[in-house]
Amino acid sequence: MLNPVLRDPAALPRLVLTLLAVLLLWPGLTLSELNLVVLFDERNATNMGRFLVDFWPLAHDREFLRLLARATLETLAIATAGMALALLIAIPGGLLASRALSLSAVHRGGRPAWWAQALRWPVRGLLIVLRSVPEIVWALLFVRAVGLGPTAGVLAIAITYSGMLGKVYAEIFESVDPRPSRALLVAGSPRLAAFAYGVLPNAGAEMLSYTVYRWECAIRASVVMGFVGAGGLGQQIDLSMRMFAGGEVASMLLTFLLLVLLADQLSRLLRARLL
Amino acid sequence: MKPPADKRLGNYALLLALLAAVLASFSFLGIDLGALVSGDSLRQMGRYASSFFSPDFSPPHVRAIGHGALETLAMSAIGTLLAALLGLLLALPASGRFGWLALSGSRFLLNALRAIPELVWAALVVLAAGLGPNAGTLALALHTTGVLGRLFAEALENTPNEPAEAIRLSGGGHVAAFCYGTLPAVWPQLIAYSLYRWENNIRMASVLGFVGAGGLGQMLYVSLSLFQEAQAATVILAMLILVLAVDAFSGWARQRWVSA
Amino acid sequence: MSVSLSGVGLTHANGQVALSEVDLQVKIGERVAIIGPSGAGKTSLLRLLASNLQPSSGQIHLLGQQPWQLGARQRQKLRARIGLIHQAPPLPPRQRVVTAVLAGKLGQWSLGKSLLSLLHPLDIPGAQAALSRLDLADKLFERCDQLSGGQLQRVGIARVLYQAPELILADEPVSAMDPVLAGHTLSVLNEEVSRRGMTLLASLHAVELALAHFPRIIGVREGRIIFDLPPEAIGANALDALYANEQLPAVPTSAAPAPVSVQIPRC
Repeated sequence: MLNPVLRDPAALPRLVLTLLAVLLLWPGLTLSELNLVVLFDERNATNMGRFLVDFWPLAHDREFLRLLARATLETLAIATAGMALALLIAIPGGLLASRALSLSAVHRGGRPAWWAQALRWPVRGLLIVLRSVPEIVWALLFVRAVGLGPTAGVLAIAITYSGMLGKVYAEIFESVDPRPSRALLVAGSPRLAAFAYGVLPNAGAEMLSYTVYRWECAIRASVVMGFVGAGGLGQQIDLSMRMFAGGEVASMLLTFLLLVLLADQLSRLLRARLL
Repeated sequence: MKPPADKRLGNYALLLALLAAVLASFSFLGIDLGALVSGDSLRQMGRYASSFFSPDFSPPHVRAIGHGALETLAMSAIGTLLAALLGLLLALPASGRFGWLALSGSRFLLNALRAIPELVWAALVVLAAGLGPNAGTLALALHTTGVLGRLFAEALENTPNEPAEAIRLSGGGHVAAFCYGTLPAVWPQLIAYSLYRWENNIRMASVLGFVGAGGLGQMLYVSLSLFQEAQAATVILAMLILVLAVDAFSGWARQRWVSA
Repeated sequence: MSVSLSGVGLTHANGQVALSEVDLQVKIGERVAIIGPSGAGKTSLLRLLASNLQPSSGQIHLLGQQPWQLGARQRQKLRARIGLIHQAPPLPPRQRVVTAVLAGKLGQWSLGKSLLSLLHPLDIPGAQAALSRLDLADKLFERCDQLSGGQLQRVGIARVLYQAPELILADEPVSAMDPVLAGHTLSVLNEEVSRRGMTLLASLHAVELALAHFPRIIGVREGRIIFDLPPEAIGANALDALYANEQLPAVPTSAAPAPVSVQIPRC
């Protein structure tokens, strides 16, 4: 042993990392006021217990079931209508943000000119802002703007999901084989025609699949958005919870689970069919 | 493979059905798009929107937002951390290590936790534990445990068990075998999943306040209820920055430690 | 007596007979090589001795104890006194060599010490000493996935040397090394074993290595012991009979683990 290497080179980074973790954990715990004991506090526990006991039997009188059915349909409709509006924004947004149809890129081996790239950034920035503000914040804003009810939910989904769809569409356009569209562009065809004949045939299936998948997400989102008054199942859950009507909450949660399960199956079926 | 003509016909029918569903949705909701984009309503919306374009940057408000942002950050981080620990604990039986009964039991629990959205959990926890960030943290932890537990269980199932078996054969205990044999192979995946969930949870943490669970959401809700659009605009801006910052950090951390 | 088998048979779950009527006595301090064609049952025999497999019939004594009569806790204690060198050491690719070597002593360490050592290696000199016996001291802080197959095998040997068991079982310990290195590594292993008074059983594919390094050779074929002789007494005839070209069932090789991908679901 001429040169004993007895110091662990990873010791210092690990020590620093551990100290950092502890240093961050402390304010984290204070700020989040994490306190598990409060759950087992006697008064809270009995309150909660009474509420949970009410979960059974499920509420199932005729009046309530009619309300439930209407709320469920409303949730489905919010998701579907929201997605339809989102598509209206996402497709042009995706086209503007994507490099796939760049005219300047045709002669530069696929790399657009710097000014063309710079022009795409505002669109990309807009898409980022649209999708980075959570949908429920949009819903809250629209509830204030257009009043309580499903319209706010539809608009919120349209805004958020157009941001997500636009980004993914742009990526899909760029990922397909660029040669057909480039050939068309070089031959002088307009960009929309190049898109329709050069990109869409290859990208269509993937776009549809992703859209259907997002639709499934929109159903979950529309339920959640109901909590701020954007209609659908969520609004009813919120109301019943405020009235401590355990049976109604349980029925509606169960309906929500079934709806999500159904949407999952339907979306899987559609995607298998379309791909 | 079906004959293409048949499939094509089916696809057209499907597209028509989708179109019909969209139209039915609009008519069911009674949304009058024409009225929405009519001049009067647009002008009103424009006025409402323009009130957001003068955010309030006065020092006391910014300080309050800073605190709210830190609270949101702490809620999401602690909630995710708690969920990662609980998820790992539940993933062990859910990956089939303790027999069939424990497997189905833990799977059921994980699915139930995952199926209920964070916001519903938050509303429930607020009832049980009172208002404030504690409720938000617990709600995030509950839902995220379900998500992470399932992902962790899959990761554990796909990890070769020979290294752990070798440690068992040299006399090591179950815990030691797991920590030396299994964990080194899966932890990058576990970290990646947790970081991804954290990205998600920072978004959720900033809105859980709507049902009274603390953080930036509560500030936004209050200022919108009081028609203080300028203050609300600052809160939304802070949310945006927080979300983008966490996305960037998480992306960097994944690059740095996971895919190496 | 270190190892004693009498009338041991082993039948796999699929009905395939791996070993039948094996009688074997190995005294403390003996060094034994097991040779034979592939699929003859060498690996099964070693896994049986490592108490990895339970015999279908017969009696097995390891270090004076019957592993399958013991409770789980006692059996783990017995296993801590037995070291198994794997042909392809199953080491997590991201684990560092020092941790992989220290893992040899997990059977003897308390849980607290084990977990602490995961964060910071507690016995770096020990690991370094074991590795430097195999000329790998410079790889102490490398990650296992940066080593070649032969280096990994030597890490596996270092791990067992660090474990310091009373009985070492080696399954093709030098199969991934070039002949010169293989010979050198085997002599190091033999030296260590004799110096510390351990018992060694090693299965070897290369007959000449077995004959050169071990004072006792066991020939296995079709799940039975064909001969049990000192190397001088083994003639060409015995070897020809042992390796007679016959279709033997191939050992099922475990498929390489599929590359894990982190699939992240959205929404």
